[in-house]
Amino acid sequence: MAEDPITGIVCPIRLDYTITPGRAQTRFLRGLENGKLLGQRCPATGKVYMPPRGSSPTHGLPTTEEVEVADRGTVTTFCIVNLQFASTVREIPYVCAQILLDGADIPFFFVVQEVDVNEIRMGMRVEAVWKDPSEWGPTLENILFFKPTGEADAPRESYKEHV
Amino acid sequence: MRDVAVVSFAQAPNLRADRERNEVEIVMPVVREALDSVGLEQSDIGFTVSGSCDYLTGVPFSFVMALDAVGAWPPIEESHVEMDGAWALYEAWVRLQHGDIDTALIYSFGKTSLTDLDKVMSCQLDPYTLMPLWPGGISLAGLQASAMLAAGTVSEADMAAVASHSREAAQGNPAIPEAEGPADVDELLSRPRVAHPLREHDIAPSTDGAAAIVLVAGDRAAEVCDKPAWISGIDHRVDTHAPGNRDLTTCPSARMAGERAGAGRGGIEVAEVYAPFSHQQLLLASELGLGDGVDINPSGGALAGHTFMVAGLARIGEAARRIHDGTASRVLGHATAGPCLQQNLVCVMEAGR
Repeated sequence: MAEDPITGIVCPIRLDYTITPGRAQTRFLRGLENGKLLGQRCPATGKVYMPPRGSSPTHGLPTTEEVEVADRGTVTTFCIVNLQFASTVREIPYVCAQILLDGADIPFFFVVQEVDVNEIRMGMRVEAVWKDPSEWGPTLENILFFKPTGEADAPRESYKEHV
Repeated sequence: MRDVAVVSFAQAPNLRADRERNEVEIVMPVVREALDSVGLEQSDIGFTVSGSCDYLTGVPFSFVMALDAVGAWPPIEESHVEMDGAWALYEAWVRLQHGDIDTALIYSFGKTSLTDLDKVMSCQLDPYTLMPLWPGGISLAGLQASAMLAAGTVSEADMAAVASHSREAAQGNPAIPEAEGPADVDELLSRPRVAHPLREHDIAPSTDGAAAIVLVAGDRAAEVCDKPAWISGIDHRVDTHAPGNRDLTTCPSARMAGERAGAGRGGIEVAEVYAPFSHQQLLLASELGLGDGVDINPSGGALAGHTFMVAGLARIGEAARRIHDGTASRVLGHATAGPCLQQNLVCVMEAGR
């Protein structure tokens, strides 16, 4: 008689990491500590990257010029999340969006709240809701979420390059 | 076969822990230096290929983010190997054989300080029977050293002599600024064992770093470089994945790669072999037929500073450098991967085509 086949074994793996943010992201994180969003400018194209990683990805050049960008911007695209993920503590459904901050040339990803998910749309103007300054640290967690500003929608021309 | 030459080589200093820079910030100046030294721009490069390991970074697809260091716009023809950059160089050499492009950029990077390299080494083992034991790269190398000592193919003094030479040689290498100070064989042998029979000097210190090489094919190589290091033979071979199924006192894959790359034809003046453990340098010298007349690891080798994923590419670069500066006319670069020298690549380079 054939033995029951073994269909799987469990081998726990754990690796611990101490991440080095690097010079550019260190400046970005220090900016956050003071409630500022610091992007960096490509010396070749003038485009502002946010968050910065120290290089212009299109040209492979160091981005040394710091540029403060606004904590408000335009939703370029979005996703309505209807599933509960193990790591999330938010009520579903909620909205994740790519937000082109005023002064930046690349959208960045954040949660949008205080909006009916049926109302979220490309071009919607949103602004950051920060924690109390006494709780700020060198982390993006200083921003709780983005919410609509109530301004008129941005024209598609202003963000179509970033969709 | 199309003639292909290493025309430039650059590397970042191998540091125990570069806490200031991220991977992109380490790679960027190295790529820039490799291109600038031969007057090329990224737009002149036909094929770009990198070697790195996501397990080191702790980030999936970290090699895609590293492309930020290169300037990949308009879109470039690009590839990656989850291996030491020496295998990326092999892919580039094959790509250049197609004949439609003349130039290739190879780079690799490793930040071993972010995690425990010995644990990462366990993760490349057989996942059912070996990896769950977490033997680590150092313990497995210890088994190999024990087997070689028992077979009488090496002695602990031979191993210490390799380490002593490495430390002395590394003093003159600006790429290894944190090399251990010189020590003679007796002094090294008086120190305690770390993982029997290995002592600290037998084990390469893990470092952070990056390296880049430019390959150019045909007549264009001589246009950008006074003394191109022409690749006269390159080959890589693999022994079985299971260390228990091997005779660890030999390394058939290194021998075969060496034979096929032309190492045995003699005349090798300088050999840079990637041996993260002292006994492995002795085994490689034997399998590659590197006799007493060969200057082995004049850079100090990986034993002085071991940037995982980079050390093999750097060996080829260090060997090529001896042709670039006119101090040698036939050199050998070697790279390894896997446990106990499981995979081996040999690249023989010459001053003439």
